[in-house]
Amino acid sequence: MEVKRGELVVLLGANGAGKSTIFRTISGLTKPSYGEITFLDKKISGWSPNRIVMLGVVQCAEGRKLFPGMTVFENLKMGGFVHRQNKRELKALFPYVFDLFPILREKKDQPAGSLSGGQQQMLAIARALMAKPKLLLLDEPSLGLAPLIVKQLFDIIQRINQEGTTVLLAEQNASAALKIADRGYVIESGEIVIEGSSETLLNHDQIRKAYIGA
Amino acid sequence: MDKVMNIRNGVILTFIITLLLPFIVQSQYVLHVVTMALIWAISVYGYNMNVGYVGSLSLAHVGFFAIGAYTLGLLTVKAGWNFWLAFMAALVLSAAIGFLVGLVSFRTKGHFFAIYTMCVGFIIYLIIDKWDSLTGGVRGLIGIPHPAPIGPLTFDTLTSQYYLVLFFLAVTILVAKRLLHSLLGRTFLAVNNSEELARAIGISTRKNQLLSFVISCFFAGLAGALYASFVRFIGPDIASIVLGFEMLMYLIIGGIGTLAGPLVGTLLMVWLTQSLQFLQDSRMVLFGPVLVLLVIFYPQGIVGGITNHWRKRRKRSDLKHSESKLPKQVPSHRVNARR
Repeated sequence: MEVKRGELVVLLGANGAGKSTIFRTISGLTKPSYGEITFLDKKISGWSPNRIVMLGVVQCAEGRKLFPGMTVFENLKMGGFVHRQNKRELKALFPYVFDLFPILREKKDQPAGSLSGGQQQMLAIARALMAKPKLLLLDEPSLGLAPLIVKQLFDIIQRINQEGTTVLLAEQNASAALKIADRGYVIESGEIVIEGSSETLLNHDQIRKAYIGA
Repeated sequence: MDKVMNIRNGVILTFIITLLLPFIVQSQYVLHVVTMALIWAISVYGYNMNVGYVGSLSLAHVGFFAIGAYTLGLLTVKAGWNFWLAFMAALVLSAAIGFLVGLVSFRTKGHFFAIYTMCVGFIIYLIIDKWDSLTGGVRGLIGIPHPAPIGPLTFDTLTSQYYLVLFFLAVTILVAKRLLHSLLGRTFLAVNNSEELARAIGISTRKNQLLSFVISCFFAGLAGALYASFVRFIGPDIASIVLGFEMLMYLIIGGIGTLAGPLVGTLLMVWLTQSLQFLQDSRMVLFGPVLVLLVIFYPQGIVGGITNHWRKRRKRSDLKHSESKLPKQVPSHRVNARR
């Protein structure tokens, strides 16, 4: 599997196909039993998560994990943890993420736990952006969200990508994901079964049957 | 806003009372008990910085209290060191041993961490109890000097020792407060919240757990050293697991993870223990159920319970305000978004 600079690649697969495991392995939360992960010509498999985040691979975990007791602002601040020495640069990032997610500016001082599901997901993504990712890993951002919110969210993800961040997106919502992606991989029980450009995948019979249902 | 004023006034009032206490209370006995309670409170504050902030339940805390006490005792009595030099050494040694213990024990997690550290605590107790030639074993160590005078300040009266302990407690609380509101404190809370998530945003959980453990050991050592110089006699029972659980009880009752909790819990429990003395060990029959009820209904202790209550009341009044202003549609929209 390969993600090139500036691409938006989607990882399709049903529950238990291994999407999250791939993500956890890339971000260092689980150690690979074999195989190799390289990022910008560096072999990062086996590195500790904080080194990987510092290098620019940032995961936005599944299920909108937040620090519910902290305010939205504090959550964002924690997101920039690895750049804590560089306060000025960090401060400059706030307008950027608030611009992407205006609702977060409004709710800046509310505890994160009081946000709605969609807002929490936005905060989770915004927090990941605070770590200035070169590669952003998004694990099922659409999980459990209303279709309208999903569309909004995907527009923003596309915008993040267009503004220069490489994105690897794991999704079950194939039609929505493929619409914004450049390329995709389909995963079944940990193996890549199909790969190709978004159009190819969208028109692929098997995929239409399995994931889009049309 | 008036709530904030209440808290601030409360803090100022408490501070004034504690400052004037030796003049208000004439009984030497009461002052002695209060001073002891303040020493426990320092230790419990240290405990909170580990258990409350990062959430790793160490049961070795009392062991580090004993290490602080014995380091001061041995260095002053047997090695004849200058008091304050021995005092510093006690703090450094507690933190250093805490570091070494933490290096190993944080390889375990959850229950196993608790069990492992309980073993460490018990080993510390055994070493003190059995190493007769060094620690005096069960006979203990007597003749520990009062704190040496600093310039014109002498510490040989009860009142002066009370102020010394109060000073260290104030420093401890300030550190606890600064820590809680700093990035480091928030990092600790993040680790407590979810280790996995903390790691995903680039926090090294092991490093932070270790750091908070060392800080907590440092304050345990500080309390231990103060205890040794105040009571002037120490025996192996100050490393006993029972005392460790007593500190944990103070913390849980006061409010785990809260700023005022350790002080409230310690003072309250020491007062209760003293005033129920006629019941002797059957006090525990009373404390047990109270503790159970508290954990069920106020898992964040007295302080946590009160702040939650305030927050709820404020929210309710906020809600009333906003409901009267907003049109009826809004709640249903909110439901949609959450789905």
